[in-house]
Amino acid sequence: MSKILIVAEHLDGQLNSSTARCVTCAKQIGTQAIEVLVLAADPAGIAAQAARIDGVSKVLCVAHARNDHALAAVYAPQIAAVAKNGYSHVLAPSTTFGKDVLPRAAALLGVAQVSDISSVEGPHLFKRPVYAGSAVVTVEAPAGEILVGTVRPASYPAAGTAASAAPIQNIPLDIALPDHTRFVELVHGKNDRPDLQSARCVVSGGRGLGSDEDFALIYALADKLGAAVGASRAAVDAGYVPSELQVGQTGKIIAPELYIAIGVSGAIQHLAGIKDAGTIVVINKDSEAPIFEVADFGLVGDLFTLVPELIAAIG
Amino acid sequence: MKILVGYKRVIDSNARIQVRPDGLGVVTDGVKLSANPFDDIALEEALRLREKGVAGEVVVAAIGPTDAQAHIRNALAMGANRAIHIVTADAVQPLTAARTLLKLIEKEQPGIVLLGKQAIDDDCNQTGQMLAALWDRPQATSASKVEVNGSVARITREVDAGLETIEVDLPAVITADLRLNEPRFIKLPDIMKAKSKPIEAIAFDSLGVESGDHLKITHYAPPPTRNKGVIVNDVAELVSALKAKGLI
Ligand SMILES: Cc1cc2nc3c(=O)[nH]c(=O)nc-3n(C[C@H](O)[C@H](O)[C@H](O)COP(=O)(O)OP(=O)(O)OC[C@H]3O[C@@H](n4cnc5c(N)ncnc54)[C@H](O)[C@@H]3O)c2cc1C
Repeated sequence: MSKILIVAEHLDGQLNSSTARCVTCAKQIGTQAIEVLVLAADPAGIAAQAARIDGVSKVLCVAHARNDHALAAVYAPQIAAVAKNGYSHVLAPSTTFGKDVLPRAAALLGVAQVSDISSVEGPHLFKRPVYAGSAVVTVEAPAGEILVGTVRPASYPAAGTAASAAPIQNIPLDIALPDHTRFVELVHGKNDRPDLQSARCVVSGGRGLGSDEDFALIYALADKLGAAVGASRAAVDAGYVPSELQVGQTGKIIAPELYIAIGVSGAIQHLAGIKDAGTIVVINKDSEAPIFEVADFGLVGDLFTLVPELIAAIG
Repeated sequence: MKILVGYKRVIDSNARIQVRPDGLGVVTDGVKLSANPFDDIALEEALRLREKGVAGEVVVAAIGPTDAQAHIRNALAMGANRAIHIVTADAVQPLTAARTLLKLIEKEQPGIVLLGKQAIDDDCNQTGQMLAALWDRPQATSASKVEVNGSVARITREVDAGLETIEVDLPAVITADLRLNEPRFIKLPDIMKAKSKPIEAIAFDSLGVESGDHLKITHYAPPPTRNKGVIVNDVAELVSALKAKGLI
């Protein structure tokens, strides 16, 4: 009998959509029960959101002041303790949250972790990208131990809303939590644009933009399209935009319906982040740039002429 | 204080990866091997902490085959004081790597263990976290800034929402992200100097590490290819193509 535990990702009382994407992956594994674990200082509101995800059979909450921030050293022992209650699988999104927390829980359970699940081939058989997406491996995990895995949110749509809410259960915490790791602060750029990881449309800029002033062109186009903004590593390194906008192997892996890459050359590490995008549009002055190899529509020319034209043409 | 740095050898980030026709791996013959870029960043940070007087000694640890010596010399040329080479015929998975590094920690008693946040071959992003769990010490992954103050380190981490700062009691495991620093270039005299620095070779089997290689990779495949696109002539053509697809 299989029973899947999904570790909820949340921030400021909001459940991250990556949790509902993990539910879709869990459904494909095939299971009797999908339960969501909410670790928070005040989990009620988050649990109520998780309880409405279609496919979730139960929501478990651990309310504790120390769960105020997602610190791996604090979360992992709780996840490992809950996982031992008969779960066959423990999943979390392969966002920076899941990447930080889940391997720590896996090690406490003494099991390996399958990172970045992009396809379910069987209850213990998965596909995942390696070498920045230059190869895809099929990985078989032992059936006799808990399968711990992170799920690539870009590979799964979010599960829908359920007609009725799943039951919510508070579970007592009976383990000691370490105090050797303390949260200090989270600085995030104020951004009222759509979220990069779930946006329908993303406009990305690269080193070709040349300066942070000129990166405003990318924001202008994004605003016109109601799009999220992304960037290459070179654009982040040059300080045009904050690091949370980086798309790629070591940034965010995204799958928007429309991806527009402007002044980005298309290094393999960047392409790793956009492989699952629906339609890719490229604007680059170098017709030999590798990014054209993945473009559905390519436009060769100077971005400083073409982007203002595009903004005007969209009307 | 001593800093232990993990230093893995991988296929160079600029090499073109090709899946072998038999699907059992990727082509490695004649392919350039280099240090995992994140490990070079980890090592650079350790060296800077030594230069600031925070650490007295930087020890690199590499788990790899016999011919990984040249790779290890590279770390010594960058400035590490000495190296430990855990000799294995086969590549190990993250849980095994973590258990192996734990053995070295028990022996070396470092104040900080610095690793790359992920290796660019398997892209697992697990070893540092697993090591911290087994060691029962703090972890600070994806670090873009490290400040050490006595027995406490303050680390800024690159997370999806922005930049998170946490404080950890030492000893702790820190994993390096891209923007932590830019590794120094190795100069010729450093290469000469590295020749006399000690590399301690330890057979993996002699450590008594329980294998954590629970996963079996049954097949390698090239990624799905995208359909060939078109080059449009101007903005008007682009806009009508996107409108036709209902995208704008
Ligand atoms: C370990 C590792 C991890 C990495 N992870 C990532 C990652 O996650 N994400 C990522 O993006 N990169 C990553 N990189 C970096 C990657 O290899 C490239 O260096 C980076 O993506 C290049 O950014 P770019 O395309 O903006 O810059 P460049 O390669 O410099 O390209 C700029 C492009 O702009 C074009 N251009 C210039 N001016 C104009 C103009 N006026 N009009 C039109 N076009 C113009 C040029 O023709 C060129 O194609 C990683 C590298 C390593 C080694």
